[in-house]
Amino acid sequence: MKQFSLRMPVRYLINACLIIAFLIIGNIITQGELLSRAQNNIIIQVGFFIILAVSLNLSAGYLGQLPLGHAGFMAVGAYTGAIFWRMGVLPDGASVVVGLILAGLAAAVFGIIIGIPALRLKGDYLAIITLGFGEMIRVLINNLPSITGGAQGLAQIPRHSTFLVVYICMVVCCLVIHFIMKSRHGRAILSIRDNEIATESCGVNTTYYKVMAFVVSAFFAGIAGALYAGFLGILVPSDFDFMMSINILMIVVLGGMGSMLGSIVGAIVLTSMPLLMVDLARYRMIVYALLLIIVMIFKPSGLMGTYDFSLSAIIEKIGRRFSSGKVEKEKAQKGGDGNA
Amino acid sequence: MRDPKKPFIPERDLDKSPVLECVELGIDFGGLTAVDDFNITIAPTEICGLIGPNGAGKTTIFNLLTKVYQPSRGSMYLEGKDTKNMNTIGVNKAGIARTFQNIRLFNRMTVLENVLVGLHNEMDYKLFGTIFRLPSYWRAERIARERALEYLSIFDMQDMADYKAGSLPYGSQRRLEIVRALATNPAILLLDEPAAGMNSSETEELMENIRKIRDMFNIAIFLIEHDMKLVMGICEGVAVLNYGKLIAKGTPEDIQNDPQVIEAYLGTGGGERENA
Repeated sequence: MKQFSLRMPVRYLINACLIIAFLIIGNIITQGELLSRAQNNIIIQVGFFIILAVSLNLSAGYLGQLPLGHAGFMAVGAYTGAIFWRMGVLPDGASVVVGLILAGLAAAVFGIIIGIPALRLKGDYLAIITLGFGEMIRVLINNLPSITGGAQGLAQIPRHSTFLVVYICMVVCCLVIHFIMKSRHGRAILSIRDNEIATESCGVNTTYYKVMAFVVSAFFAGIAGALYAGFLGILVPSDFDFMMSINILMIVVLGGMGSMLGSIVGAIVLTSMPLLMVDLARYRMIVYALLLIIVMIFKPSGLMGTYDFSLSAIIEKIGRRFSSGKVEKEKAQKGGDGNA
Repeated sequence: MRDPKKPFIPERDLDKSPVLECVELGIDFGGLTAVDDFNITIAPTEICGLIGPNGAGKTTIFNLLTKVYQPSRGSMYLEGKDTKNMNTIGVNKAGIARTFQNIRLFNRMTVLENVLVGLHNEMDYKLFGTIFRLPSYWRAERIARERALEYLSIFDMQDMADYKAGSLPYGSQRRLEIVRALATNPAILLLDEPAAGMNSSETEELMENIRKIRDMFNIAIFLIEHDMKLVMGICEGVAVLNYGKLIAKGTPEDIQNDPQVIEAYLGTGGGERENA
């Protein structure tokens, strides 16, 4: 049967156009006087919470483990980025890029150190050990005042987290994780979630892929941490406590474990909520809790379940409906590919 | 990745014998000896059966062969190679693949993706190639996809490629497990109760398929089964296990007439299934 489908370059082109369109719209909105300062801040916060949620989703949703130490990796990245930026050894543009990469790498190193012992465990045990490691990182930062400023915190961090920077990081994070998931590495990660013994009996090195997922997840958490530092301009260790890990996990669970779209929607909903309820600020935590309870009752798999959005798939669906009638026109329009 | 020009079915050197050899293999769980003094030799294209009453240790032997458990005693050779320091992944790469008694598919992945996990080690691109979508990625993925569909076509399952594995009917799930195991390019395939839950016509079809796989891929097949019609119908050699010990080994005819086996497993009714 003839089916309408898009060639890979066309798919990439569509997505690239969309990404650039969002970038331009976002830039116009945040540069102009359209929004209040608070609203602008929320947009940037949404950006790094998306990175945090999407990266946690890699180890929680796709790999099927339950790490509770995401804030720890975020802290490592935040402090690495902040310290590097405060040194100001490079011109601004280069400094941002190098700082972000350093932050990611530092967090990834911690990811390896923590992941190798922690991933020998499963379920609750893994949750507790990662929780412990997360807290250890925070305590460590607290007790190294000469480097990290200790409990007093680190101030006067250059504010590098503009919309542009956050947006690019977010896109890179989503793309890299999406690409990984659509490859042999991603299939290995998913198969570990579904059945670890069967995965091993297929000759897949499960330990390697578990650590890999964990490290990539930590890497992006580190970048998000640096963005957080560059956004606030001041860091205190208590920002990265257990509640931060829980907040990120809440976004992932609310959006749907194992759905990147879910993590993005979850991050947007939960982060922009305070803005929508300025008058109800006092009841914010109650509304959070209620929202979670309602979602868990009526849609336990999260808002999006495991559904992942694909614009190309939607276009193809429409295309197929059309192709029964006006095949030629549709093909010409989409740069189509006849017989695939 | 294998060269695409080479034939779909890998050539196997059949003179190298035997494909699997176990010498005095044994395992203890705490103080309990689950399997003791297990010796078997399987020739390169042999279909061999392992039977015995429930709890005799048949699945434990499969778990020993695939290193889910490390044996306490004895040694095991795969195509002449000692498997002493190998783990589950290592023995798979050395040429052993299996299915499970209680089906273990990747239920939330599609049928095609299940087979692609089996082809994991056939693809050789690295993480770097994945992230930057290098040509090595596209080439390996395309070849692997074609190959996965070829493997699925053994059981006429190409049309189900995009279904979620968990949504398949029971019989297809069993077949998919076999396909996934075959995709890892084994020298010997272990089937743990492949006919469980199948009616007699499905079992007949399965028997044909097992023979077909053996002839197509030139591999050895070692299977656990309670269905005596299947075991006696296709196996060239049969081993009988009771209380963790081999009590008999031989051709199906020998086994059917062995008084020890009749007493321990087959029963005096002769050849009928005992454990439904």
